[in-house]
Formats: sequence, C-alpha cells, structure tokens
Amino acid sequence: MTQNENIIIESGDAIQPFAYSVGMHGSKFFTELRDNRRFMAIKCPKCKKVYMPPRGVCGDCFVEMKDWVEVGPKGIISTFTILRFAFIDPETGAQKPVPYGYGFIKFDGADTLFQHYINVKDETRIRIGARVEPVFSKDRKGSIRDIEYFKVID
Amino acid sequence: MAKRVAIVGTGQTFHKSHRPDVNGQELINEAVLRALADADLKMKDIDAIVIGNMDHFEGINYVDCWSVDGSGGTMKPIIKLTTGGTTGCTVAIGGYHLVGSGMFDKVLIIGWEKNSESDTTGAITTAFDPVWDRLVFAGAISGLAAEAQAYIARYGASERDGARVSVRDRKHAMNNPHAQLRKEVSLEEVLASPMLADPIHLLDVCPRSDGACAVIMASEDIAEKICPKPDWIWATASRHSYSYLGDADYGRLTSMREGSQELWKKAGIREPRKELDVIELYQPYSFGGLIWIEDMGIVGPGEAPQYIWDGNTDMGGELPINPSGGVIATNPIGATGLIRCAEATMQVMGKAQGRQVPDVNFAFSSGFGGCWWTDMILHGNKKPN
Ligand SMILES: [Zn+2]
Repeated sequence: MTQNENIIIESGDAIQPFAYSVGMHGSKFFTELRDNRRFMAIKCPKCKKVYMPPRGVCGDCFVEMKDWVEVGPKGIISTFTILRFAFIDPETGAQKPVPYGYGFIKFDGADTLFQHYINVKDETRIRIGARVEPVFSKDRKGSIRDIEYFKVID
Repeated sequence: MAKRVAIVGTGQTFHKSHRPDVNGQELINEAVLRALADADLKMKDIDAIVIGNMDHFEGINYVDCWSVDGSGGTMKPIIKLTTGGTTGCTVAIGGYHLVGSGMFDKVLIIGWEKNSESDTTGAITTAFDPVWDRLVFAGAISGLAAEAQAYIARYGASERDGARVSVRDRKHAMNNPHAQLRKEVSLEEVLASPMLADPIHLLDVCPRSDGACAVIMASEDIAEKICPKPDWIWATASRHSYSYLGDADYGRLTSMREGSQELWKKAGIREPRKELDVIELYQPYSFGGLIWIEDMGIVGPGEAPQYIWDGNTDMGGELPINPSGGVIATNPIGATGLIRCAEATMQVMGKAQGRQVPDVNFAFSSGFGGCWWTDMILHGNKKPN
C-alpha cells in the first residue's frame, strides 16, 4: 500500500446555462445602441451626476433617476491597461486574445466610466486623456458586443 | 448591553500554494486548534462561530454547514459572512458585533480558502455584473492595473516606486514562517519579471494560496482572565462604494479614505502617521501600498513613494507596514483579511517573534475587495475608554 497518497478529483466539463435580465434601463440603452448607435445615460436630479451605464437610482443620493441624456459617442480614455497574460475567459471558455486594451472610457457628457476594448494596433497612442470613438459591430444584437472596440483618434 | 471586545487568541496554518494533503474541513481545523491553544481555551468554551470564504471559490458553498466537524460548530450558533476579498476582515467585524452586543462572551472567527481547488479568475468573475462588467474583465488584475495607471498619471509615480513596495514585503516575509513565498527579490528582478497588465509585473502581485486563520474574541468581562495582555478592538469601519466597475475614482481608494477617517475619529487619532505603530494592509499588489496609505492619511496625495523610498515603512522604520510579508507573500483570499487582523493582534500582544515591531500601542489591519471596497480594524494594547 502506498503511503500518504493525496487523491484529487476533478469537476470535468460541466457547463451551466444562465439567462440574465438586462433590466429596464439597460434594455433602453441596448435598444438605442443596436438601432440608432446612440449612447444613452441617465442624470441624477439631485447631484446632477450623469451615470453610464444607466440605472434607476443614484447610490449617493438614493433618489430615483428619470432624466435620460445622450452622451458620446466620442470620449477620452480615463484609465486603461493592456492585458498581456493568457487566460481562459470564464464567460466563453475560450482563451482571451492577448494582448488587448482594456479601457475605462469617459464619454463626452458622462461622469462615470464605460469599460470596453481599446484597439492596440498602435500601443503608443494609448494614453490617459487620449480621445477615442467606438467602432460598431455590423451585426448588432443588443449587447455590449454591439461595439467592437474603441479606437484612438488623436 | 454593549461590551468592549478584545482578541484573546489567534491561529493560522503554514500557508502553501497547494495543500492536497487536507480537505477544506481539515485545513480549517488546523487554524482552529492553534487559536484555541493560543488562548488556552477548549471548544466547549466557545459560544458562537463566524466563518467565511470567497463565494464560488472551490465551487463549494455553505462552509458554515459542511465544515462543522473541523470548525467546532457542531450544535453551536454559526453564521457565514462573505464579502469577497474583504471577507476575512468582515468576519472579524461580525465577531466584534456579536461580542460587543453582549449576547455572546466568546466567539471564534474563521477565514479560509483553498485557491488551488479552483480557477481563481473564473470565480472572481462571478462577483461582477454579467451585462456590463465582464466583457473585458481579467480577474483581479485588470482593475488594479487601471488604478495604478491612473495613480501614475496623476502623481508622476513610476513602476520603480511600485517595485520598491514589493521588495519590502517580500523581504519582510523572510521573518514569517507562515508566509507562502519567502524569497527576497531585488528591484531589478521585479521590473524584469513579465508584464501581466501595464504597469503591473508578475512580482508586483500576490500569489494564490491555500490557508486558514482563526481568531477568538472575548468580552471585557472575561478577556483579561483568558489573556493577560489582550488585543483590544478600538474601532472598525466598512465601506462599499460602487455598483459597476466604471463608477470608481481610479487613482484613489474612496472606501479607504472614508473608512479610515471614521476609525481615526472613533479612536481620537489626529496624526495616524505618528500614532499608529504598525500596519497590516490588505495589499494584493505593490501600487496599493502607495495609493492606499495616502488615502489613510499617513502621508498626503502623491507623497507615498518618497515616504517608502526613505525606509519609513521597512522593519525598524517610523511605521513598519506588513511585517508578515503581507498579501504579496500569502493570499488564501477568504483568510487573507483575517490573517491581517491576527498579525496585528500578535503585534499588540508582543507575540510576533521574528517579525515583532517594538512597543506597539496601536495597530491597523484591513481587508480589500477588487471592487474597491475596504473593511478595517484599529487594534490597541489599552482598553478603550
Ligand atoms: Zn445623486
């Protein structure tokens, strides 16, 4: 008999299907993005902060927000990173295509930041404060993937 | 009836990247037995248990139920608290509330994790919004990199400044037999290690660990009978600041600023830099060691690099940070915040051996979650007023 054998079992290839409601504010956002390529944000009546993505309540003021405002489509890179290590994307089960630019975009007219890919074809142009614009997907379905990525324009 | 609360015993495992020799329950039991021995208490003396780890790690939920043989929770009041990266500090704050309420005299607090049993990035992803936050998400590191990038741009800091923090913590870990990574590195080695996500190099970040930690709290009625020199809890604070990742103020940790201000106010501390004696910061990457001590008010905005280069936070300096080697040396996530608490306790009690800072009056410990929230505890060697 082998002494001190440490047995390990593995979970295998199980997958679990999820179906998430985007919610009433997100649904309006994605409908506008898909059909009109417009970015809709929402403004707090009290502190006047413009939230992107839109949501129903300003957490700071705890008041309901109803004032929709169009922002973007251009903006600046507020902060970013370039991911350089390979890892499996748990959302898709596939390896992420590294390197990729991860941007926190401040749309013109918005106060909070929108996360998306930044094209890394020319890394030297990616910096905080650089102006960017979205490149839309040809086949838009009403999701965050309706934008392919943002590209630096200055 | 509100009671003052003290920590009277701590225990932790010898943390490793992989503990295939034990299951979760057995790992937890190691820390619990050490904490009981440290306090010279028996399991029958414990009135209630608070336990936690990171949701979805290991893919096994309800640790409050399945671990009772190891935790000692059989037929006792036991609750699970889980708040992501801050879990280890949150369980301590929960224990403080239970004892402070006067309803329980002696409470056992446990944090644990077996990172080796799952895909950490996959598990962390489940903490983020599936509609907005996951497309570009890359686990804990992407947000941290964005924070560091913003701080560098705002204050003119450099990758070398971050690397200096990593050199410090990895050196301190040499004094801690419980630390997972005990290998000194040079500034050049940190900067030459692979770039994971700009500006973070491999040696700027924490490892994944298997480990557990346990802490025993007691009310003021019995604390000094159990332990001649207990660690008194002076204050705790907790702040959560956002819904989506894009809501944060990158380059500043708002939750740390507001929470620490609450601590200083509660304890009457005016100059934390002078009045604190040691800090055990939940600092999973080097740049957090710059940014967050500014948010604590130890130094002003943009002043941390010079303060750290001058050796003030090294062992023997004005205000040593992470004598244990911190999170960069050891990170069993659900235990990590509680290890900070236990290490601060050992400093106050004078039990920190090779990593002891002399004459600790006040110690600070914290928990951090990759979603920009912060929990924190102020420890002291005197009974609070
Ligand atoms: Zn508001």
